[in-house]
Amino acid sequence: MKLSYYPGCTLKNHARNFEDSTLFAMGRLGVEAVELKRWNCCGTVYSLSADDLMRQVAPIRNLLRARESGHDRLMTGCAMCFNTLKRANNRVRSRPEDLERMNAFMYDEPLDYRGDVDVLHVLEVVRDQIGFDALRKQVVRPLEGLKVACYYGCLLVRPREVGIDDCENPTLLENLVTALGGEPVDFSHKTECCAAYQTLDKPEIVADRTYQILGAARGQGADLVAVSCPLCAFNLDQRQDLTLKRHPDFLGLPVMYFSQLMALALGGGEPELRLDFHHNPPGPLLAGKGLL
Amino acid sequence: MTLRISRSQVQSGFTARVQRLADQNLMACYQCGKCSAGCPMAAYMDILPNQMIRLAQLGQEETLLNAEAIWLCVSCMTCNTRCPKGVRIAELIESLRQVRLRARQDHLQVDRLSPETLQAVPPIALIGSMRKFTS
Repeated sequence: MKLSYYPGCTLKNHARNFEDSTLFAMGRLGVEAVELKRWNCCGTVYSLSADDLMRQVAPIRNLLRARESGHDRLMTGCAMCFNTLKRANNRVRSRPEDLERMNAFMYDEPLDYRGDVDVLHVLEVVRDQIGFDALRKQVVRPLEGLKVACYYGCLLVRPREVGIDDCENPTLLENLVTALGGEPVDFSHKTECCAAYQTLDKPEIVADRTYQILGAARGQGADLVAVSCPLCAFNLDQRQDLTLKRHPDFLGLPVMYFSQLMALALGGGEPELRLDFHHNPPGPLLAGKGLL
Repeated sequence: MTLRISRSQVQSGFTARVQRLADQNLMACYQCGKCSAGCPMAAYMDILPNQMIRLAQLGQEETLLNAEAIWLCVSCMTCNTRCPKGVRIAELIESLRQVRLRARQDHLQVDRLSPETLQAVPPIALIGSMRKFTS
């Protein structure tokens, strides 16, 4: 299966471990991710102002790029890109007059956008196109004994109309971990916000959130937290030093992308996992469980 | 907290302006407080989300635009998904930020960020913050 693929900026920088493991795992599952030849920033955050059409141009241009290359589906892994692209898409689909104005603005594009590209998250492709049964059959290294707290954050599940699962109690990641042979734990904080981009000038709030979120995961006996958003990953992993400074009783926890767990179970090693990108290294934990 | 409400504030057009920017009917709110109860940033806020709605209904422009709370919200959408009246509180808070930003009153001072911070954070953190907190 060939799918048009939008990586987004952070998967090419701070989250190479996310991209490399995603491409490896999807390749093993028979999905060829064809990166858009040309793409631009998705906008990162969806503009909530009713009159701010200008901010929808960036995401819509990316959908146009997918259409241009003959695709009607665009897959992405970053939760922020996914949310922004899908919300912009929903907006122009439900408001043709907005789409008309945007197409007029993008007069230099060879094609008009008609709202005919579906935005898919990697996790949706795994659940709906491949299926967990088929995935289970491909597992060569079951994640036996690995207790995983699945963290969705905000943008995979909210708002409801773009969420890939229930917004209060999603179970997609848990089902994925089970299919990979791991053990998902009950996790009270699975959809609690990590304080997102406050990490820039109010990192102490992020540290407080990390303390609560990772503390809850530890309380459930988790060995690690699985995430799907590069900003959650940064906040929960790279802000652990600051968290310890503010909360002396904080005990860290490794944070990994769901795609790294997939890559691991599907036979990937260090080159695909890129564990060198982590702050709290998951290597010793995985080695201790006989998985590396 | 003592709140002085004047006719001029209520009739100033501020309420209509933020309702238009947010595309929300704020009068639907019946102050159940569910938005504030679930807000991950509530602990740091000087004015809570349900209070913001009430103040916006009453045209309390100055109080709202000077609140630190409008810069703490990161649009996590927890309030929006839980509001029993379908009020999109995140959109209201965005509209309050927009009133300030459209007057070129930036909240984030990018030139004050250290090179180390700029190096360390992923691009999505920087761009997200700039899109929400600068004009």
